[in-house]
Amino acid sequence: MINFMLNGLDVAVEKGTTLLDAASFYGIEIPTLCHDEGLSPYGACRLCLVEIGEPGRSRLVTSCTYPAEEGLLVRTHSQRVVNTRKVIIELYLATCPSSKVIQDLASRYHVTQVRFQQKHDNCILCGLCIRYCKEQMQGKAIGFVNRGVDRRITTPFDRKSEECRFCGGCMYICPACQARCQGPAEKSAVCNACLNLSPPCLDHFGETMCYLDPCVACEQGRQK
Amino acid sequence: MDALQTGMRSLPELLNLQQQLKKRREQQQNYLAVCGDTGCTAWGSQNIKGVFQKCLQQKGLDHITGLKFTGCLGLCESGPVVIVFPQGIFYQKVKESDIEEIVEQTLLQGKIVERLLYQDPLSGEKIIYAPEIPFYRKQERILLVNNWEIDPSSIEDYLALGGYSAFGSVLASMDSEYVIGEIKKSRLRGRGGAGFPTWQKWEECSEMAAAQKYIICNADEGDPGAFMDRSLLEGNPHSVLEGLIIGGFAVGATEGIIYVRAEYPTAVQKIRRALIQAHELGLLGENILGSGFSFNVSVSVGAGAFVCGETSALVASVEGRVGEPRQKPPHLAERGYNNCPTVINNVETLANIPSIISKGAEVYRRTGTEKSGGTKIFSLVGKVRNTGLVEVPLGVSLREIIFDIGGGIKGGKAFKAVQTGGPSGGCLPASMLDLPTDFDELKAAGSMMGSGGMIVLDEETCMVDLARYFLKFLNDESCGRCFTCREGLSRMLEMVEAITKGQSSMAEFALLKELAAVVKDSTMCGLGQTGANPVLSTIRYFAEEYRVHIEEGRCPAGVCRDLIQFQINTELCNGCGACRNKCPVEAIEGEAKAPHLIRAALCTKCGICLETCRYNAVIKL
Ligand SMILES: Cc1cc2nc3c(=O)[nH]c(=O)nc-3n(C[C@H](O)[C@H](O)[C@H](O)COP(=O)(O)O)c2cc1C
Ligand code: SF4
Ligand code: SF4
Ligand code: FES
Repeated sequence: MINFMLNGLDVAVEKGTTLLDAASFYGIEIPTLCHDEGLSPYGACRLCLVEIGEPGRSRLVTSCTYPAEEGLLVRTHSQRVVNTRKVIIELYLATCPSSKVIQDLASRYHVTQVRFQQKHDNCILCGLCIRYCKEQMQGKAIGFVNRGVDRRITTPFDRKSEECRFCGGCMYICPACQARCQGPAEKSAVCNACLNLSPPCLDHFGETMCYLDPCVACEQGRQK
Repeated sequence: MDALQTGMRSLPELLNLQQQLKKRREQQQNYLAVCGDTGCTAWGSQNIKGVFQKCLQQKGLDHITGLKFTGCLGLCESGPVVIVFPQGIFYQKVKESDIEEIVEQTLLQGKIVERLLYQDPLSGEKIIYAPEIPFYRKQERILLVNNWEIDPSSIEDYLALGGYSAFGSVLASMDSEYVIGEIKKSRLRGRGGAGFPTWQKWEECSEMAAAQKYIICNADEGDPGAFMDRSLLEGNPHSVLEGLIIGGFAVGATEGIIYVRAEYPTAVQKIRRALIQAHELGLLGENILGSGFSFNVSVSVGAGAFVCGETSALVASVEGRVGEPRQKPPHLAERGYNNCPTVINNVETLANIPSIISKGAEVYRRTGTEKSGGTKIFSLVGKVRNTGLVEVPLGVSLREIIFDIGGGIKGGKAFKAVQTGGPSGGCLPASMLDLPTDFDELKAAGSMMGSGGMIVLDEETCMVDLARYFLKFLNDESCGRCFTCREGLSRMLEMVEAITKGQSSMAEFALLKELAAVVKDSTMCGLGQTGANPVLSTIRYFAEEYRVHIEEGRCPAGVCRDLIQFQINTELCNGCGACRNKCPVEAIEGEAKAPHLIRAALCTKCGICLETCRYNAVIKL
């Protein structure tokens, strides 16, 4: 067993446990976007940051990838973590506002403003779909291409993939719905298996779900 | 010299060969060193060498005077550089037409060709001998010194100057612990950027129990404008190789890999040749010199991405995967190349190893500071008089490098700032000129040592524009995996661009600072973690310049196009029409001999009119 300090608590977990799993075991909630229990950790969304180390020499690391170490000091909700997390969520809202998952995160973590220029991306490149396809479906139908701001998800050579079995897993797991709502009419490299033209939040919340004014999620839906 | 043909199998053979080569070299003291590195090649040194060869043959001197095509000699600006040995006469800006004269005058009659000498820009004095040129005088060239004396394609040259004797003594009388102890005593810190103590890395890896371990030489050198590592590889490849072999011995690796970027074809070729030579001589391979130590080295050519210099991305790239960093831990000493313990060192770090071992750590660390021993090579570029590679003891002040060695600012302009540490480094203002060049001091001042880039900026540089430039580079080079690096840097770039266009506000400026801090704190690898530095350090020292852009809509340095205007002073304009003819967008109108006018709506602010007007009638506002 590995013993360490979690928010001032002496805790023990099995060797190899990530800080995220340890926190969740002890009932501490850490927000995540690119993590899923059934998939390998990826560390891309940067939401699950926690502060480790002695004050003054501490740093932020992603808890989904960081293994518990003997004697480590871990703080999951320090001021530094909370502030950083809020800016990250704000940046998500400014980038991909039509995602229900992101909207929920914003309300849960009291992000009430978007000071960045509003954009409407439909993928946060969390890679969940890729890992789902590869690790759960042994599919490898989709992957990343390009680098930096040009990075995107597609099938090999942008062609309809023969690896894809239309399981819909990528759409199921996607927090941003890129793969969910394009419909067969759209020229899209991703599988097009599903026809769902309305933003997913509408099913549950009508037009009231979003506190952004105007609600851009719906706006996007109407554009389509 | 049989060993050169058959390879060596024991240590005495190595000593013997070194002795013989040394003797042979002593007999051949006359030679010309023609710089064959990129700077001088661009100035045409390839042809110079050919003409020299012909000329020497014609005069029947080719048996007496050798000709070496060397690595960078340092003063790139004055290329092509030729040094005449044994005297060490330094000729600069040598043209093909000068060669006959050099051979006639200097080689045959021992006279000096005055007009090819270097002239000190400050005193106007002509200087004959290389070491007396102020640019060299203040340097301490431990790593680069041999560039003058070595033909990089010749292992004999390296051996004759005592090369591979460090490795020889390691095999003869040292074990891994002793070598690591020496490196520890030497206070050598990694030259690749982070300044991590080299011994610590080696020790960690050497303690790993594994059947297979690797040591990798990081020659990715992706910083724009940096060429220290390339110069070492091209000018003295065997020194890097010897360091790598000793490193391999110390950590218990059986294989070394040199990871070079594809943009360095000459370095790749030189290092490949060096590997073949070392193999043939028996300095690589199985049971080297009968010691029981086996070590092989291969070259891996990268596809040239800045992020591939990051160690975990580098490993991914060598393995043939996408060059993308991964989250650490596990550290490379635990799980690196092929999941085996791996240590990665920078080219310059490794080039230091042979001299530490041969001189002894005690002597080595006399150079440098309390916390880091040795010298550092900087690539001094920008608005200084003498640009080129500069090797100085760690701890020398920025002022000494820029003013004493660099000769101060070009064209009588004022110094504004120096940018150190490559794209993710920072800018330091005149008030910091006395700062010693030391890993910790530079970091505390908001910049960093990085791999040794040093760009000098004069008063005509706009710091906001400069931050924009480096941010753009980093934004282009981000692998895009971390949301806060990909999106954060691109948002920061947009915000800085808005400032350079006068479309920002102080509230947005505050947000920029907040975002920069978040990006720095929340990204996975060094690229993201230092990606905000260009912005943070310029804000730290030049906040006023940002404010003027934002609140007054002015660019004090006159660089940001959207914030400047070109006008014609009607009193000075005599209507010659030169500017009107040159303007590429026909934004200038006016009758002949009558004052002209620039139509602001059409003007793209290229500044051609300003350069064209001989009556100083065009003004930049
Ligand atoms: C984005 C990025 C780029 C880097 N590029 C290089 C490089 O081109 N060459 C290099 O030696 N180190 C580079 N580094 C530093 C290496 O990761 C590593 O620290 C270094 O090679 C270790 O060698 P050293 O201990 O000898 O300095 C880079 C780091 C980062 C984060
Ligand atoms: S499509 Fe969805 S699941 Fe896949 S990377 Fe984008 S946001 Fe993540
Ligand atoms: S910090 Fe940037 S470059 Fe480094 S892994 Fe993350 S996205 Fe890639
Ligand atoms: S959940 Fe850890 S980085 Fe996304």
